[in-house]
Amino acid sequence: METQAIFERLKEKFGDAVAELQSEGFRPAFVVVAPDGLPGIARFLRDDPATKFDSLMSLSGVDYKDKFAVAYHLHSLAMRHAIGIKVFLPRENPSLPSVDAVWPAANFMEREAFDLYGIDFTGSKDLRRILLPEDWVGHPLRKDYKYPDFYHGIKV
Amino acid sequence: MSRPAEALPTQEMLINMGPQHPSTHGVLRVLLRTDGEVVINARPDVGYLHRALEKIGERVTYAQYMPFTDRLDYLASMNCNCAWAWTVEKLAGIEVPERAEYIRVIVCELNRIASHLIAFGSFTADMGAFTPFLYSIRERERINDLFEAICGNRLTYNYARIGGVSADLPPGFLEKTKEFLDYFDPKIPEYNELISYNKIFVHRLANVAVVSAGDAVAYGLTGPNLRGSGVAFDLRRDEPYSVYPKLEFDVCVGTGERGTLGDCFDRYMVRMNEMRESVKILRQAIAQIPEGPVQAKVPRVFKPPAGEVYFRAENPRGETGIYLISDGTVNPYRLKIRAPSFVTMNIFEKVTAGLMIADVVAVIGSFDIILPEIDR
Repeated sequence: METQAIFERLKEKFGDAVAELQSEGFRPAFVVVAPDGLPGIARFLRDDPATKFDSLMSLSGVDYKDKFAVAYHLHSLAMRHAIGIKVFLPRENPSLPSVDAVWPAANFMEREAFDLYGIDFTGSKDLRRILLPEDWVGHPLRKDYKYPDFYHGIKV
Repeated sequence: MSRPAEALPTQEMLINMGPQHPSTHGVLRVLLRTDGEVVINARPDVGYLHRALEKIGERVTYAQYMPFTDRLDYLASMNCNCAWAWTVEKLAGIEVPERAEYIRVIVCELNRIASHLIAFGSFTADMGAFTPFLYSIRERERINDLFEAICGNRLTYNYARIGGVSADLPPGFLEKTKEFLDYFDPKIPEYNELISYNKIFVHRLANVAVVSAGDAVAYGLTGPNLRGSGVAFDLRRDEPYSVYPKLEFDVCVGTGERGTLGDCFDRYMVRMNEMRESVKILRQAIAQIPEGPVQAKVPRVFKPPAGEVYFRAENPRGETGIYLISDGTVNPYRLKIRAPSFVTMNIFEKVTAGLMIADVVAVIGSFDIILPEIDR
C-alpha cells in the first residue's frame, strides 16, 4: 500500500490524532500522530488487513532541540511495505503510551529510549535502564546533556 | 537412613551467569532463577560494553564514523562498514561505481562466511565438541588473509568509503578467493558429517527453545533466527540493495528436520546452509565483476542534504538498520543503529523459561548474539 493511501486511511479513521505526513526528504515517510492516539493507531496498523504491519523494526528517540520525538519504523512481512510513525513530545516530562502489547519487540527498544532520552513509556511491562548503569544520572543522547566529571569517584 | 522427599526443604536459587562466562559469547550477564536444574526465569542484563557509539556519531563527520562501525559487530565488520556507506549514500543520493558495489558484495559475503564459521565453531564448542572450533578457525584464517591483502587488517577493516571502497582489489585477489571457495565448499558437508547430524549434538538442539513463526515476527527477529522459524525473508532478495538483484541464491529456511520447526537445530542449520549460498553468490560476483573505478566523486567537505533515512542491510546476524537524520551540516544530527542481536535478546526471557540450565547455553549459541552490537 502506498504511504499516501495509508495516511489517508488513518486520517479518515482517527481524525485529529493523525496530524501530518512527512514525505519530502523522508525515506520512509512518517505519519505524525498524537501521543494519545498511538495505541489505537498501532493496533489498527497491525490488525487491518490492508496494512498488516506485523513487525516493529526500529524505535528511536530523537531530540529535535525544541521537542522530543519517538520514531517507529514499521514493516509488514505479509504485505511487504513499510512506513514510519512519529510522535512529537514536549521537552518537559516527555511521556507516551507503550506499544509493547502490540509489538512485543518494542520492550527493549522502549527501554533504550527511556535510558538514553528519559522518555517515559506509560503502561510498559518493564521500563528500566538497559544500557547504562541503574544509578546513572541524566540521559546522554539529549542534546543538552552535560558530561559528568566523575562516576563513583572515577574520573571519566 | 532416608527421608521422604517431601520432607526436604527446597527453595529457588538465584544464579549469576556471566558477565564473564565462556559460553555467553561476550560480556553478557544472565540472572537465572532456578528450581534445581530447571530455569524458572532467565533475565538478560546487557550494557557492559556500552561505548556510546550513537553519541559519538553526532560528534564526528560522516566519513570519520566508518571505523566506529567496525566496532559494532566485530565478527562482520565488512557488513557494518558497507551498511553505513549504503545508508549515507541513500541519504545523499550518491551513485556508486559498479565495480565498488561488486567488491562490497564480495567482501560482505566472505565476511558472512567468516561470521557463520565462528557461530558454528563456538556453538559446537559450547555444546561440548571442541574439534569443530579448530576447523572453523582454520578456514576463517584464510578469509582473514584475504582481507589482510585488501586493507591490511584482520578484524576491524575500515574498508568501505562513502561512495566506494578505500582501494581496488590487489592483484590476484579474485583467483585467491576462487581457490578458497574451491577448498571451502566441500568442507561444509564434511562438517555436517562430523558434527551436525551427530546424535548427541542433535539431542542437545532439537526441540529446544522453539520459536514459532508468529513469535519470531512479533519479536522482531531477523536474519537466520527468523528464517530458522520457517519465514523465508531475506533483505538481499526481498528488499534488494547494491548488486544483489543480479545474483542468484536461495533463501535458506528452517524445516524442523530433526525436531520442531524453529528450534535451536533449525537456526543452526540455516547458518550452515547459508554458507553454501554465500559461496554461490561469490562465484557469480567473481564472474561478473566489471573493471572500472572504485570510488565515486564525493566532496572533501561532505554535507548531505537535510533529511531522514532508514536503511536495512542483511548482515550475518540479521537486519542492521540505520536510522540517520541529517540537518545539512558535516555531522550526523542523529544516528540510531538497530542492532539485530539487541532485538533478539528481547525474546530470550520468553524462550528460556522452563529449560534446563545447560539449554540456556544452547539458546545463546543458536541465536548467535554478539555483545558489542547489543551494547553499542
